[in-house]
Amino acid sequence: MAAILPALGYADLGRLMDLQLGDEKHTPSAASTLDVIWVLYDRVLHTAPDRADDPDRDRFLLSKGHGPMAYYAVLAAKGFITVDTLRTFGRYDSPLGHHPDRNLVPGIEISSGSLGHGLGIGVGMALGLRARRSPARVFCLVGDAELDEGSNHEAIAFAGRAQLDNLVCVAVDNRSSSYGWPGGIGARFALEGWSTTTVDGRDHADIERAFNVERAGRPHAVVAVVESKA
Amino acid sequence: MTATMRERFYATAAELVESDGRIAVVFADIGTGKLGAIERKHADRVVNVGIREQLMIGVASGLALTGFRPIVHSFAPFVVERPFEMLKLDLGHVDVGAILVSVGASYDTNAAAYGRTHQAPEDVAVVAALPGWRICVPGHPAEADALLRAAAQTDERVYVRLSEQSNSLARPITTGRLHVERHGRHATVIAAGPLLDATLEATVDLDVTVLYMTTARPFDADTLRASLTGDLMVLVEPYQAGTSSAEVSAALADVPHRIAAIGVPNVEHRKYGTWQEHNAAHGLDARGIRGRILRALRDA
Repeated sequence: MAAILPALGYADLGRLMDLQLGDEKHTPSAASTLDVIWVLYDRVLHTAPDRADDPDRDRFLLSKGHGPMAYYAVLAAKGFITVDTLRTFGRYDSPLGHHPDRNLVPGIEISSGSLGHGLGIGVGMALGLRARRSPARVFCLVGDAELDEGSNHEAIAFAGRAQLDNLVCVAVDNRSSSYGWPGGIGARFALEGWSTTTVDGRDHADIERAFNVERAGRPHAVVAVVESKA
Repeated sequence: MTATMRERFYATAAELVESDGRIAVVFADIGTGKLGAIERKHADRVVNVGIREQLMIGVASGLALTGFRPIVHSFAPFVVERPFEMLKLDLGHVDVGAILVSVGASYDTNAAAYGRTHQAPEDVAVVAALPGWRICVPGHPAEADALLRAAAQTDERVYVRLSEQSNSLARPITTGRLHVERHGRHATVIAAGPLLDATLEATVDLDVTVLYMTTARPFDADTLRASLTGDLMVLVEPYQAGTSSAEVSAALADVPHRIAAIGVPNVEHRKYGTWQEHNAAHGLDARGIRGRILRALRDA
């Protein structure tokens, strides 16, 4: 009989992040995503450690692969990886690199780190899941500075035209883009036919509501505003 | 008139989509007229993303991650060079398969006249710089068809380089293997893809072994070693000269040998015209190939 592990909650995430010692932790980047990723795994995503191969599981793509400490902490809290694994963060033979790799950690959906790749892959996943008539949804997390990469705008434009209502892009906005987004990040998505919601990226109820907005026939963008990058 | 590799590809891709529910086709406006009918019928997995080549590769990755076998199509510069990091990461690092099918080769299918923007003689070297890719350089539409169908049955990362140039006859090729065209005594010549006919014409009275290469990577070291004749190796490739030199050297690491690498020189070639004129300028017609081989034999 499998041992029953004590459930870990949001209050444990700080400790779990602290276990991941390394020279380059991208700390501000990691912390900016913490609440969004927690709400996704705790309240929104239909996935679980034992569903890693379930074709109908929801997919979470950390496109902004920098600073995965919050991601790894949530994965540990939810049982995808062990807490002890966190202590290996960044080591030569660890499965937990400073940029995540799907081939090393079951439950991680893509390998990421270079900016501007996740949303394009997410569009392909959403197309594939729609073609299979799967109920699964794709949630892709990008950063506001990541949106500087032009590849995102190829994906944003096409997803709107393709009416990918099984695709959600959450943009964590800590104002780290060098030139900013006049008119707001949401406007970039709305122009291309997405529904958009802007929320407090630290307010869990607000974040959860944003992910559940009715959006018939349209992809959905959630702009999660957090404190400015120091 | 025989269909070109490109025409044959469009027909085969449509057939594969019809017969195999795993097959998806992703393209970026190139081929719209030819793929339009199958796109309308199977809009869920035949996808034109518009002129968005980075997205084209990302979408292929996502489709592969959801169980499809994507065929990706455009001109060589737009399927290999512009989205190169997507090949490296979205396919390679993520570790999923796709079949990239390019047209235009080094400078054909109008790419000669378009100029440098559409010419891609470096494409094979660029793809070969990434691990885990099978690179196919068919020399006849029937070979292109066979290589594509074989690729569709796997989950590998495959690059199929279609060309407007063609040999007069298809060979009974096997994916991954060099085809022994003829045996000789004084040198070993490897002719890649559509340069086989010119190579055979160039060597018609020379006593040399001629091997025919339609899979450039992984390189078939076994057949080369089994067929080796003399110490002179001549590579005749319709893309950047020397693209396969290191593979030959590795295959013959314990065998003294010399290599003459014939191909497109790595220079900024600001010329238009036709692929025939480019071949002649680079010494890739029968006359030019013969001259290079004779010089190499004299230097022996």
